[in-house]
Amino acid sequence: MCGIAGLIHKGKSSSVGSEMTAMLQALKHRGPDSTGYAVYGTPTEGDYIMRLKVAEAEDMEKGRGIHQVIKDRIAAVEEILAEHGAKIKSKDAPREYSLRYVITHSGDTGEMAAHIEETEGVEILSMGNGLELIKDLGDASVVSAAYGLNDFQGTHAIGHTRMATESDVDIKSAHPYWAFPYNDVSVVHNGQITNYWIMRREMERKGHRFMSNCDSELLAVYTAHNLANGVSLEESLRRSIQEIDGVFTYLVATKDQLGMAKDTMAAKPLVLYESDDLIAMASEEVAIRAILPQEIDTYDPYDEEVRVWQA
Amino acid sequence: MASLSDAELNAMTQEERAKALGMTTEQLTGKSLYIEFDEDAEDRFTYPWAPDVDFNKRTEIDTDNMTTTEVNSKIRDLMAEGYGTIVLKNPRGKHSLGVGILSRLNLIIEGSTGYFGVGLIDGPNVRINGRVGWSCAENMMSGTVVVEKNAGSTFGAAMRGGDLVCKGSVGSRTGIDQKGGTIIVGGDVGALTGFMMQRGRMVICGNAGKNLGDSMYDGTIYVGGEIKSFGVDAVTAELTDLDKAWLTRKLTQYGLMPEKGVDHFTKVVAGKQLWNYDNLEPNEKKLIL
Repeated sequence: MCGIAGLIHKGKSSSVGSEMTAMLQALKHRGPDSTGYAVYGTPTEGDYIMRLKVAEAEDMEKGRGIHQVIKDRIAAVEEILAEHGAKIKSKDAPREYSLRYVITHSGDTGEMAAHIEETEGVEILSMGNGLELIKDLGDASVVSAAYGLNDFQGTHAIGHTRMATESDVDIKSAHPYWAFPYNDVSVVHNGQITNYWIMRREMERKGHRFMSNCDSELLAVYTAHNLANGVSLEESLRRSIQEIDGVFTYLVATKDQLGMAKDTMAAKPLVLYESDDLIAMASEEVAIRAILPQEIDTYDPYDEEVRVWQA
Repeated sequence: MASLSDAELNAMTQEERAKALGMTTEQLTGKSLYIEFDEDAEDRFTYPWAPDVDFNKRTEIDTDNMTTTEVNSKIRDLMAEGYGTIVLKNPRGKHSLGVGILSRLNLIIEGSTGYFGVGLIDGPNVRINGRVGWSCAENMMSGTVVVEKNAGSTFGAAMRGGDLVCKGSVGSRTGIDQKGGTIIVGGDVGALTGFMMQRGRMVICGNAGKNLGDSMYDGTIYVGGEIKSFGVDAVTAELTDLDKAWLTRKLTQYGLMPEKGVDHFTKVVAGKQLWNYDNLEPNEKKLIL
């Protein structure tokens, strides 16, 4: 069933980490397997924030040996960063297997990211100027507490509570998906894509990589491909309704935009609230009421509806 | 009117039963009759085991820190105490509020509800001052539900009787599998409105999305605005004087009468070229006007 949520403040920064936590916690019943966030802070040109995992949560039960494996993988990642001329400005490890780096880098970040992911067990969750992507097993309160998201200030965010249907219960199958290697693009999705393998092969022929077997990852790659080829976010969303088959409602965030698209069957829900300075949307109204308890006007977008908002 | 037993009523044809009960009837497309009850007869159609409530006995429930189960239990407890008007404060999008109320009651919800609000009801008059989520009044059997703002998808899915009104706009698949009663929408509706509709009537004052009336077996849809496209086997029919009189009465009743009247409405019915559906349910017995 899954739950998706998004919010964007126009022209100002706010506590999007705690706001998204409240929204996702209200959607916990739609998917307790994992929770994910894509939050957008203040972009700093030249600085990249890289979130990555070097193991799956379940790997931690494999005994003492896993701790050394993790250390070795982290060392390998840092060696590659150095090879590419990236300088580590700060490093945090909210979980033993999940790290956050702030780096400065002036070279080809796509090439560097691909090189990092050659390390066994390493997956970059996000790398961007403003984007930070956090996902882990458990509900929003668990993930938020572990990763300190209640203190996060930013302009916009998307989030996801996952009920695993098409792939495994693990972090790599959790949403959101980073649109590798396109800077600052992330996607959350509710639904099933029925031409997934056809579209995936097409994207792979065009040189894109897939880290999971989750059909939702396709939307991230598809969007990244379009954006990289000069297509606007709104046009990409419109094209997806014609080119991607299945039932879907999905949200896409870039460094300064938030967009939504609903397929032709409109079978996956979304409730939307819009004011002059805040737009909030979620699979269910309870999530919007978690941050806006007062009486407000909301509506359900129609079939094939596409909307894009600017931060 | 002489009192008739259920056995006597069941032995009659639709027409005979309608006449015996003092109802008006109207021939819709195909074989089915639309039957409207006399207002004086509505008291016949409450469950004998339902509590006898006093509409002047009014109370409020602040639902802010309550679960849906607690709220719905509280409503039943208050009805058992004779409260006939209950106001729910701070619903904040809770799901399944007010489901399964099988009696007369004035239920006022001050705010918005989530999924499956007031489903399976049989008799209450409900007013929701906010908006409603998906599947509002699903399988509603009788009574009235008036929503002041917008509604989500599958509004009135499989409803069997009563009046379900949304003064704003409604999502996709409105009235899917509708089996009776009336759905009235003041604004627009999304795609597949009236999908697999079997009986009853729907009035859309605004525009209708794609595939209106797709695979409808029976029933009638009136649209005041534009229709993006018709679904399989949905066709237009002549808007008769009886249609106009009925539309005028219903839209006036709920304050949704368009300035330009009802002459411009498009009437949509089943073409009956693709479906052969003879097992319609017995006429709904609890339509309350």
